[in-house]
Formats: sequence, structure tokens, C-alpha cells
Amino acid sequence: MTSAFQKIEEANAEAVDRMLSGDPVLVDVVPAAQAIPNLRDRMILHAGPMIEWEHMCGPMRGAITGIAVFEGWAADLAEAERMSAAGAFDFWPNHDFDAVGPMTGMTTAGQFVMVVENRAFGNRAYCTVNEGLGKVMRFGGNDAEVRSRLAWLRDEFAPAMGRALRLSNGIALKPLVARGLTMGDEMHQRNAAGTGLVLRALAPALAATARNSGTLSRALSFIAGNDQFFLNIAMAMGKAIMDPVRGIEASSVVTAMTRNGTDFGIRVSGTGDAWFTAPVEMPEGLYFPGYTEDDANPDMGDSTIVETIGLGGFAMAAAPAVAGFVGAGAASEAVEFTRRMGEISCASNPEWTIPILDYVGVPTGIDVRLVVETGLAPTINTGIAHKNPGIGQVGAGVVRAPLACFEQALRALAARLGVS
Amino acid sequence: MSRALLTRLRKGFHLDSVALMRIARTVSELDGIEDAALMMGTSTNLEILADAGLLDGEGKTAQGGDLVIAIAGMDSDAAARGLAGADALLDGPGDIAVTNNGWRPRSLRGAVTVMPEANLALISVPGDFAAAEARKAIRRGLHVMIFSDNVSLADEVDLKREAQALRRLVMGPDCGTAIIAGVPLAFANRVPRGGIGIVGASGTGIQEVSSLIARHYGGVSHAIGVGGRDLHSEVGGISTLMALDALDRDVATQHVVLISKPPPCGVAKIVLERVSRFTKPVTICFVGAGEMDMPANVHQVRTLRDAAITSLGQSVPASHPQVSVIGTREHQTYSRGLFMGGTLAAEAQAVFLAAGLPISSNVPVPGAEVMNGAKETGRNLILDLGADAFTKGRPHPMIDPVARDAAVTEALRDDTVGVVLVDLVVGHGAHPNPAQSLAEAVAIIPEAGRPVVVASVTGTDADPQVRSIQVATLEAAGISVAPTSADAAEWAARAVGAKF
Amino acid sequence: MSDDPVIDLLNTPPKVVNIGLEGFARDLQDEGVKVVHLEWRPPAGGDPELARLLSKLEA
Repeated sequence: MTSAFQKIEEANAEAVDRMLSGDPVLVDVVPAAQAIPNLRDRMILHAGPMIEWEHMCGPMRGAITGIAVFEGWAADLAEAERMSAAGAFDFWPNHDFDAVGPMTGMTTAGQFVMVVENRAFGNRAYCTVNEGLGKVMRFGGNDAEVRSRLAWLRDEFAPAMGRALRLSNGIALKPLVARGLTMGDEMHQRNAAGTGLVLRALAPALAATARNSGTLSRALSFIAGNDQFFLNIAMAMGKAIMDPVRGIEASSVVTAMTRNGTDFGIRVSGTGDAWFTAPVEMPEGLYFPGYTEDDANPDMGDSTIVETIGLGGFAMAAAPAVAGFVGAGAASEAVEFTRRMGEISCASNPEWTIPILDYVGVPTGIDVRLVVETGLAPTINTGIAHKNPGIGQVGAGVVRAPLACFEQALRALAARLGVS
Repeated sequence: MSRALLTRLRKGFHLDSVALMRIARTVSELDGIEDAALMMGTSTNLEILADAGLLDGEGKTAQGGDLVIAIAGMDSDAAARGLAGADALLDGPGDIAVTNNGWRPRSLRGAVTVMPEANLALISVPGDFAAAEARKAIRRGLHVMIFSDNVSLADEVDLKREAQALRRLVMGPDCGTAIIAGVPLAFANRVPRGGIGIVGASGTGIQEVSSLIARHYGGVSHAIGVGGRDLHSEVGGISTLMALDALDRDVATQHVVLISKPPPCGVAKIVLERVSRFTKPVTICFVGAGEMDMPANVHQVRTLRDAAITSLGQSVPASHPQVSVIGTREHQTYSRGLFMGGTLAAEAQAVFLAAGLPISSNVPVPGAEVMNGAKETGRNLILDLGADAFTKGRPHPMIDPVARDAAVTEALRDDTVGVVLVDLVVGHGAHPNPAQSLAEAVAIIPEAGRPVVVASVTGTDADPQVRSIQVATLEAAGISVAPTSADAAEWAARAVGAKF
Repeated sequence: MSDDPVIDLLNTPPKVVNIGLEGFARDLQDEGVKVVHLEWRPPAGGDPELARLLSKLEA
């Protein structure tokens, strides 16, 4: 007879194997409706687990109304708000449509999405193009300026980037991330290296396929001007790596962590599609001048998928500069974060290594058992949004996943295994 | 003025029990403080606090991961001062950290990642949690030594069966002492390596025998503690048998010693049958048992002293050297034994019974009477003050002898008592200077007219407390120090009328 | 290495994981024994029901 413990160990070995054998490649940028056929008109995908309009936080509501106007479903923001409250739109989590989105995470049929294909398993995952810093829809921004940037992304940038990727046969992301880790990125709050590496890989093909020098120049300067450009690529990559890990009977490995500004939710491989949710916590961090924690919105976004694959807070040791930026302590303490996360993970990734840890790999495969046992919650590096829509990012910090999610998941897994 | 109780909860704050008890003691010595307790909020601890009248308010809501601070003061000001004192101690600089490149793993899994070659887990967490930690260790391929007490018998049986199937050794629960390949673990004495292997159900029995071997220029290959219940029928001697087998196969071991209280018949039979097949000579001391039929290679002895002598290949003399200084006054006709070592208390009872003297104890050996309360007087009494009933929520007297030594002072005031019999156990883990503490407790009563005090000191001169210094301290205080625990018991028995 | 882990335990000085009283780890370190001291906390924050589940699911 195999004990519950042995079943879990075997299932987790399989889960880790699938994570490590993933081969994510950024292959294209296409209209969301084409990538996600089930994404119908008046359907709005958002970050985090399922949530209704009444429970959405300020930035989430701001983004919803903004995207409704952008899509032409409402004449103005006021109408969009009335329609939202009246149930005119279908709200669904990105995660249920092979997609992820940062912060508010708006994905709708009329936007373009980047496509990451996991060539080892044949699945694809999608994420919109990162809009840049300042007043942007992911932080709830919804005015004309925000919407016109989205329109430019749709009409000029995304098609240009898609042509370039098709010409260059895609960009393999695993080696790019490995490189980025040695250059000081952790792929959540610091993507300077990853963005530079993508720009370098993409530039020749962009030049070769650009319709005119104006398009090329605007595309290049858009990427060059946004250190977080790579974040959305890393997120789609995370989703592409984790989706094949779902549904392994008995596995206690976390396949998704996400938050919608109200709730934090996790999914676990061995417990099907259930979300285990708990109220999301406030990030602790540093605020940009003029802002304080009174301005902060609770934690938000699908970007925690990067922690789920061992980056972000889990790879803090690779990015000592981030430790200071997110207010997590001295740069020299960054190593501690990664080691702690190693205690709640099944394995380390031999391809994504961290020089300062003598090339030990990033912690891989969060095990709910270990989280509950040690009380060490996954540490997430995050941007802090203003609680009012449209103001944007006001700081950066660290937030811990609520332990209650993991406790629920453990109970559910035990019940499925007949352990009481 | 009225007694005021203040309780506070610190959620998710953990400190080991010894550190907490140290703080509680410091606080309880502050002016106006009647009682102070700092305990993790396990269900066992909450019961103790409730029994002590120290649980109310938010303390009642505590969980195992929360620290409960309870201060009873003469008035609310005193209690508040006590609480402030406790806070200051809790938040002050802690003990020196034991680190491995500065990194302290939080889980066994993390520890094994840091040290993949680890092969032994030494577990001294509160009893409520010890079995779970031990189970994890066994499943990760480690042997375990469980120092913790208050582990349930059912857990012990389960653990040992699982360990046996995986060929892993479980020492304990309630295993105070082990020496593995020359390394003293928990409460052990520094003894030279040699050819004598010891298996013991109790810590102090192992300590006395290994120290005596060292003092007679012998050496110990290994000393394996198995816990006081291992030879009970429910456990069936799983660890004892594994340890004995290992010592029989071990190249460093030439002579095997087994120390235990008398096991039930069925278990004794299995053990004797097993050792009868050994190629090595075996010495067995079932403390308090009568003479039994033994296999040819097995020598049964009565006392720990005789176990040490036999294992060294010497023969036990018919009578041991006597002292003449011992004598008691009229009316002072009873002996009061106040022990920190459980097996030493059992051995003393066996000595009294062998001399035909009646004896009562809280841990009676066969033939002794069950004591009905600690305040008994007017009879020969031997108390094990390290027994669970005395140590729940308190440090073991080997760590902190204050409670035992207070009992000594009290016994010296009892005019029916002619002789007070005590043990000191030194070595790793033990109090840094128990002789000093005992000497001070004895000095409270003027020497003229007080009962005689007879002591033994278990340990060696290589121990941090240095046995000879401890002996000198006691002798300077007018305490008679016998060479072994068995001799001390014999001296005491003789003082109250026994003839040897 | 022998065929029996118990014999292996006796053949070399133990390599110890110390869980609980810190003093024991210090003593061992003073002896020159390899020891890792756990920063132990009650599992599952001291929740007995979760700890019981964990003990069946974890190693």
C-alpha cells in the first residue's frame, strides 16, 4: 500500500519534472480574440480569482470602466460604470483563459496579446503588452491618454512586434531568464536586464519588418523606455510553464498564485481547479515621494505567477538592488529571502542559478505542506498601486501570501487523499 | 492589597522552554511577584497554567504557536512591573546563535539540505510536538534521540514500529543521555572511549555506570538510551533489542551492559533469549529485581556500581568499604531520599529493600510501597523529583536543583528524619554548580542536631563541573560523599539501622 | 557503510540536526561535532488539527 506521503512525493516529483522540462518561447503577438476563441464580446478578463463588481477595489473598477470605453461598449466612463453595476459585462479570471495580466490585468477581445508557447508540452499562454510606468490601465488609469496608448499598442506596436517575432522564429525564454538572473533581475520588480536582452534579440527583426522608420523608432523607444517591459513576457512564460503542471493527482505543488485587489487565491496541482482564497494583505514597502501607506491599494495582479515558478521574491538573492527598492532590508539580506523560500519549495532549478548562492538554482515548486508546516508564506515582490483609480504606482514592496490559502489547500488535499 | 493576575499573549512568538523558564524564574524573583509563568500555549501547558491559577483573559485563547505570559503579583502595580520585566527579557539580546554559515533552517527538510550527511536528530521540543518531528526525521532516514518527555505511549509504539521497519534507531522518548561513537548527547558525561557498550532505559543509570567506568580507568564504546518505557509490554523492547544487536555486532564493543527497571516477564524473556546468543559477555542490572535465571554469558548485578565493576572484568566484593562517621540521634530514625536521577532513586530503594528496610516512593520498585503524597513523614521515603509529576512546567532538577534543594532544607527540619540521601548528577546539560546550591540549602540548618546528609556525585573530573570540585564543595559543607550512588544508599540505610 | 544503518550510526561520530533546546547544539559544536540547529516553531502555527494532518502528509 502506498501511503499518502509517498503518493504526494511521487506526484510532486512529476510536477517538478514538468516545471523544469518546460521550454517557453515567446512566439507572437496576436489579437486576443484570435488567441483566445472563447473570449467573446463584452467579456472582461481580470487578475486574480473570480470576483463580482460589488467587491472590486477602486483601481479594478477604474480599469473595468476604462477598458469598456476603449472597447466601445460604453460611450463614457459614467456609462461604463452603470453598465458594470447592471451586469452588462462578464467578468472572468485571466487564469481560466490561458492568460495572465499584471495588477488589474485587463484582457479583452480588442487588445493584442503576446504568445508564449511551451514547446515541451505544446500549450500556449497569453499576456498583454506592458504599458509602461505612470498613468496606465493596470493601475486603474482610464482617461483618454491611457486609452490612446492602448490604441497605439493595438494598432501599431503589437502588430510590429508580432511580425518581428514571426520572422525571428521566436525568442527562447529559458536561457534569457538564466542570463537575466546573473545580471541582477528577479523578473518581478526588476526587469531591466530582461528588457534589454529582449530588445537586443528583437531589434534586428523589428528593423527588418517595420513598415517605416517612424514605426520602428517608436517601437524601439517604447521598449527602451520601460524597464518593466519584460514583466508581461515573464508572466506569460510563468503561465505557460505552470499550466501543464495542473491536475496531477495528489500533488501538493502550487500551480498559480494571484490576487484581484480584494482576495488572494492559489491553485494546487492535486486539487483541481479550485481556488483557495483569503483576504489579500497590504504590501509593506517604500513609497515614492509624496505618498504613504494611506494611499496604498491592497495587493493586486496575476504577476505572482513569477513567484510560482521561482522568480520574483523567490529569486531575491539574484537582485540585491531590489531588496532595497522594495524596502525588504539591506541588499546583503536578499540571500535570506531566497533561502527561506527554498524551505517551502520542492527543488531548485538547475538552469536558473544565482551566482551569489554559489550557483544554486532558484527555489522551484512551492509545496503547500511545507508552507503550512514552517509558517513561511511565499514572499512576493510587488508594485503598490494607489487606491484611487488612475493615479498609478505609488511604491514597491513585499507582500506575503496569506497562510490561510495554503491551510485550506492542505485540508482539501488531505480530504482528497482520504486522510483525516 | 490583593493578588493581581496579569496575562498577555504573544501570537506566533516562540522560544525554547528552558529559555522561557529562565525568564519566568528571574521575573518571579522580582519584588512583589508571587508567581510568574511563560509558556507556549499548547493544551498541556494551558492545563498547567489553569491548575496554577495563572490562566485567564486572553491567555485562554492561546494556541500552540503563541506565548502566554502570566504574572501574579501582590497587587496590580507589582504584576505590571513583572510583565514589563518579562517583556524586557524576551526582547533583549538572546543567546548566542548556533549557526551554519549564519543560516538557520526552519524545517528538518531545510536542515537536511544544509547538511545532507546528517544521520541523527536530537529532539527536545515540547512533548506535544516531539513525535511528529521524530516521525519526519525517521522518514528522512535519520536516527532519532527524543529527549522530550510527555510523549504518549501510543505515539512511542507507532514511532518505534515505523523506525524498526526502516532500520532506524529511536532513543527515547524521555531519553536524557547517550554517547555515540564518543560523542556525548544531551545530558552525558565526558568519559574515555573503550570497550564497554551500555544500553539503558534511563539517563542517570547510564551516567552513573559510564562515569564509574571512567573513574576506574575503563572506557565506553557507546551508551544508548532507549527511554523508560521501551521494555514495557506495549513497546516490547524494540529499541533495546536493536541497540543490543548493534552493540553485539559493533567492533569497538567487547562487553555489553543493560540497565533498566525490571521488565515484565514476557519482555524479559525475549531480551534474555536474544542476549544468550551473543558472543560477548553481558552484564544486566534490572534495578530492584530479584535474582533471575540468566544465560551463561550473562551476569546479573544488583546495583549500578556492581554493573560498572563487572563490566570492567572485576568481581564484586562481598561487602563494600564502610564509613564510621555516620550515626543519627535518638528519634531521628527515618531516611529521606531526595533524588534528581530516576534510576538512582530506584537503586536506593533496592538497597533499602535488600537490607530489610521498608521504603515508600513516588516511583516504587517491586517491594516498595506507593507513597500517598509528597508530605509524608515518619517513614523511609525516596522521592524522584525528576518524575513527570514534578517537572511539568518546571525545569528538571538536574538543570535547576533549586526545588530539590528546598526539599532538602525542609527534610533537615523534620525531626523524624535521621539521614537525608541525595544525588548530584553533573556533566553536559546539567546545572553548572549543583554542589554550591545544595551546600547553601544545607547550611540554612545549623549543623548541630540536624540530620546527616549523605550524597553521591555522578560524573567525572573531565566534566565541566569537575566532579572532585563538586565533592570538595559538599564535604566542606559537612555533607558525607560516598564514592558511588549504591554506596551512598548503603550508608544511609546503615544510618537508620541496616546491617550489611 | 555496512548493510545496517544502525551499525553505520555507531561507526562514525554522529552528524546531528538539533531540534529544540539550543544548548544541546552549542555543546555539540564545542565538541567539534557537525550540527545544524533548527529555528524550530510549532508546525502550522501550533494548530493541533493541521499539525496532525501534516504529520500524515509530510516527511
